[in-house]
Amino acid sequence: MERGYFEPRELKAALAALGEHPAAAIVAGGTDLVVAHRSGKKRLADEVLAIHRLKELEGIEPQTSGGLRIGALVTHAELEASSALRETWSAVPDASALVGSPATRNMGTIAGNICNASPAMELGSPLLVFDASVELACVSGTRRVSFAEFVTGPGQTARRPDEMLTAVWLPPVPPGVRTVSAYLRLEYRQAMEIAVVGAAVALRIAKDGACEEARIGLTAVAPTCVRALEGEAVLKGQRISPDLLERAAVAAAGSARPIDDVRAPAEYRQAMVPVIVRQALELALKRSGQTATGGRT
Amino acid sequence: MKYPAALEVNGVRYEVEIEPHRSLLSVLREDVGLVGTKEGCDDSECGACMLLVDGRPVNSCSYLALQVGERPIQTVEGLASDGRLHPLQRAFLEEGGVQCGFCTPGMLMSAKALLDLNPNPTEAEIRHHLGGNLCRCTGYAGIIRAVRKAAAAGA
Repeated sequence: MERGYFEPRELKAALAALGEHPAAAIVAGGTDLVVAHRSGKKRLADEVLAIHRLKELEGIEPQTSGGLRIGALVTHAELEASSALRETWSAVPDASALVGSPATRNMGTIAGNICNASPAMELGSPLLVFDASVELACVSGTRRVSFAEFVTGPGQTARRPDEMLTAVWLPPVPPGVRTVSAYLRLEYRQAMEIAVVGAAVALRIAKDGACEEARIGLTAVAPTCVRALEGEAVLKGQRISPDLLERAAVAAAGSARPIDDVRAPAEYRQAMVPVIVRQALELALKRSGQTATGGRT
Repeated sequence: MKYPAALEVNGVRYEVEIEPHRSLLSVLREDVGLVGTKEGCDDSECGACMLLVDGRPVNSCSYLALQVGERPIQTVEGLASDGRLHPLQRAFLEEGGVQCGFCTPGMLMSAKALLDLNPNPTEAEIRHHLGGNLCRCTGYAGIIRAVRKAAAAGA
């Protein structure tokens, strides 16, 4: 088949092209797709829909609700540099700052990271703990799907072939109480790395120091990034203490179902989950000015 | 099918006809004839293919050439001017930042992107920004010294 290349300047034209050529590869920065094609891991479709010129998919827009709409083409470098994200959704820029190298972060987009659907995707757990949703558009309209339901397996998403992921929505965090979050990973090197184990946490801390709400997401230890509900339940409604954090981290490991691969054996991954969750909890609490002993720093 | 493109490399326009799946690296090396940019891993890991598009570092092995459009490309061939080495190139020579030389074009372009944005980086910032460039001769110490020296010289 003849190879085709489409480079629309308007979303409407892009969606029309995708409607006619649903097998086309949607390419933004190419950091996953072009690499997979060249390495022979996954061939790029014969038709390429290059979306990098769609202005409508750029930008991080604060909403009057207090939430955020992040355009599909927003890069990791932009996520990393966003003061709105750093202030309220810190785990997101934490994750983007860890992706690849400056060049990868410069080209790689939020939509690409999500649609590539790697179990080790850095943005997965942060988006899970914030109840993010994705916006999918096609010729006939737009729908929103929760991020938790969107990624269905390794490399698998709920995107229909005629649909394009156009934005990511972060709901507002409740006013009045401070929500703190963090993402970190176990890594063997500081650049061009893929998470061995990653964890995102988001905590809502009341004035009296109790943990009103807790979210924990785990990366690279299951077919998709997953919530660690048992770990969350340990924290919810409790006063923060070192013992509580330890119990929550150990409970969180119950949600991990790791596999062996070149980066680590399953057993090692499993053993590292509580360590990384504990570190993520401590980093988030440090940001709230609250220590694990309950005192304020 | 091949598509026409006009790539602006180091200020010079090159008219090429390329297939959609071609990487920027392969088009520069095979069609344009500029072979300073190296193919190392061809897997976006090593940074030997690093060049600048619109002033920002890009792994050219993993970017489609057609996507560049009319944005300016800078490669290692564009660093020297009028037969004079760029301060970064001079500093790499003086500080022993080159051994086999294969990573050097990518190192130079990443360093240039950094110094263009941040003329006085700390050593930690230099190391962070060169994180996507691997040197297999383990010459990092000389490379870091060279970037510091070029920064001090106002590169």
